[in-house]
Amino acid sequence: MSSAILLENVTKKFKDFTAVDDLSFEVKAGDIYGFLGPNGSGKSTTLRMIMSLIKPDSGAVQLFGQSLRDNRHTIMKKIGCIIEKPDFYSYLSAKENISLFASVHQLNYTKKQYEELFELVGLKGREHDKVKNYSHGMKQRLGLAQTLIHDPELIILDEPNTGLDPQGILDLRHLILSLNKERGKTILFSSHILSEVQAICTNMIVINKGKTVVQGRVDDLLSQENLTVKLEVVDPMACNEKLQDTKWMALLESREEKLFVFKMGKTEIPGMIDYLTVNKIAIERIDYRNQLEDYFLKITHN
Amino acid sequence: MKEFTAVLRNEMLKTIRRPRTFIGFGVITFICLMLQGAFYQDGKEILSTVTGQFENVFTIQGHILNGNLICYILLQTLIVQMPLLVAFVTGDLISGETASGTIRFLLTTPASRGKIVVAKWLSGLIYTFLLLVVLGIFALIISRAIFGVGDLMAMNSEGLTIIRADDINWRWGCAFLIAFLSLGVVASLGTMLSCMMDNSITPIVTIMAVIIIFTIIGLFDMPTFEMIKPFLFTTHMISWRSLFEEPLPAKTILSSCVILFFHIVAFLSISIYYFKRKDITT
Repeated sequence: MSSAILLENVTKKFKDFTAVDDLSFEVKAGDIYGFLGPNGSGKSTTLRMIMSLIKPDSGAVQLFGQSLRDNRHTIMKKIGCIIEKPDFYSYLSAKENISLFASVHQLNYTKKQYEELFELVGLKGREHDKVKNYSHGMKQRLGLAQTLIHDPELIILDEPNTGLDPQGILDLRHLILSLNKERGKTILFSSHILSEVQAICTNMIVINKGKTVVQGRVDDLLSQENLTVKLEVVDPMACNEKLQDTKWMALLESREEKLFVFKMGKTEIPGMIDYLTVNKIAIERIDYRNQLEDYFLKITHN
Repeated sequence: MKEFTAVLRNEMLKTIRRPRTFIGFGVITFICLMLQGAFYQDGKEILSTVTGQFENVFTIQGHILNGNLICYILLQTLIVQMPLLVAFVTGDLISGETASGTIRFLLTTPASRGKIVVAKWLSGLIYTFLLLVVLGIFALIISRAIFGVGDLMAMNSEGLTIIRADDINWRWGCAFLIAFLSLGVVASLGTMLSCMMDNSITPIVTIMAVIIIFTIIGLFDMPTFEMIKPFLFTTHMISWRSLFEEPLPAKTILSSCVILFFHIVAFLSISIYYFKRKDITT
């Protein structure tokens, strides 16, 4: 698989502050990458360098095997992006904003094509409204329309689900997956909603303090076998009694009043619930922390 | 070229659709109509007080209070306001987009930063040109329609000059051309400062501060100031007045035009150089 993005030893300083420090990573074409890092880790600076909004002090940024510095024009035709938050000209309508972008890309969209685009991002019927009347979530959707209008090979989305309602987040997830599966788009996706990253991405890159902490396939990096499962029951004595001599007792890590904490594989959870239900143990609450959250906190705190 | 045309068209569309654009046209129209109304009402009385002592010295064809004189007065008056109106739009060209975040929208298109700056600068120049067209229509054409055409009694530093009505149209043409060059310098300065700053107020205030300081320096005939005056663009911005002198100081006017032109080139070059290297962090 060819590489869509290749960063080699990229460094960017703002006065005395090193935002990105000798950063290297690769994004292979055709995959969905999650780009993660705590606040101030250098994510936005990195994405801005990929989009040529910020110039690196040293190192090389290559896209589609070409140097960004020498081939910006060709490269930018193949990229669509939302950086930080989508900002538009508030005194223009949504369609006018998008057509400004289309005209620079030398696209002659027909009325029908515009309608299809606005339908795709869930803004059909609102395309003639001025952007100043749009909510943040609607602007995010419009940002997606702007990202997709020129049918880019690489899509970079920085916090695209900020401000979206639950239906919007679900729509976005389906859109990203279909763009990747049906149209072969490479997607670099940054978000603080780690469950979304885990649900969407095939690969992930985690950076902290401007350096790559980890990079690899999500399946390889996240084990499904070691979840922290918290179970809260109405009658802890009865629960403790029923769990004795079962395989789950061996997985019990701690117990405090009504709360039982297990370390177990994700596939074992339904079996334990069935067992407790059959034995008339009333469950008040059961949850397990998202694996990616655990993993993310572990590696970024180290 | 197609790409540049598209960027320029977009810039023009944005300029036209922004409410602040029309403030300039409104202000010029209002000032012209207000002064025309005042001169229509009280002009003859005021002028007879001023020109009473010259009445037996000069022969003037037509009325002293005519369209040419009104246009001359309006141009003198608007020399302060016009740069402010131009600064109001051009000082915001790039800094406004940086402040609102739309600069990211613009710079993630294939168009180069150089093309974007030049397109924005050109849109600023086109706006400036349109302001002058409006000024020309109201100050000259409508004034002539109301007050008639006659010889121009031009007051300048050398004294009083009478410009004959049949010798004046080319002078107005050249005066508006110099006014365009002068305001082009302001537009270019606005574009340059707009590239350097991340909010739209500071460039506008800075342009006005520069014009005020330079104008004050130009007002005093002190040896220190005399040395720097030839290098200040404000010194040359008023060279249009020399078109209404006899004999015509053609060399001085031409050198002023060249200096204004080089100011435009310098400000634009700095804008392109700076903007190409600027990190967009907003």
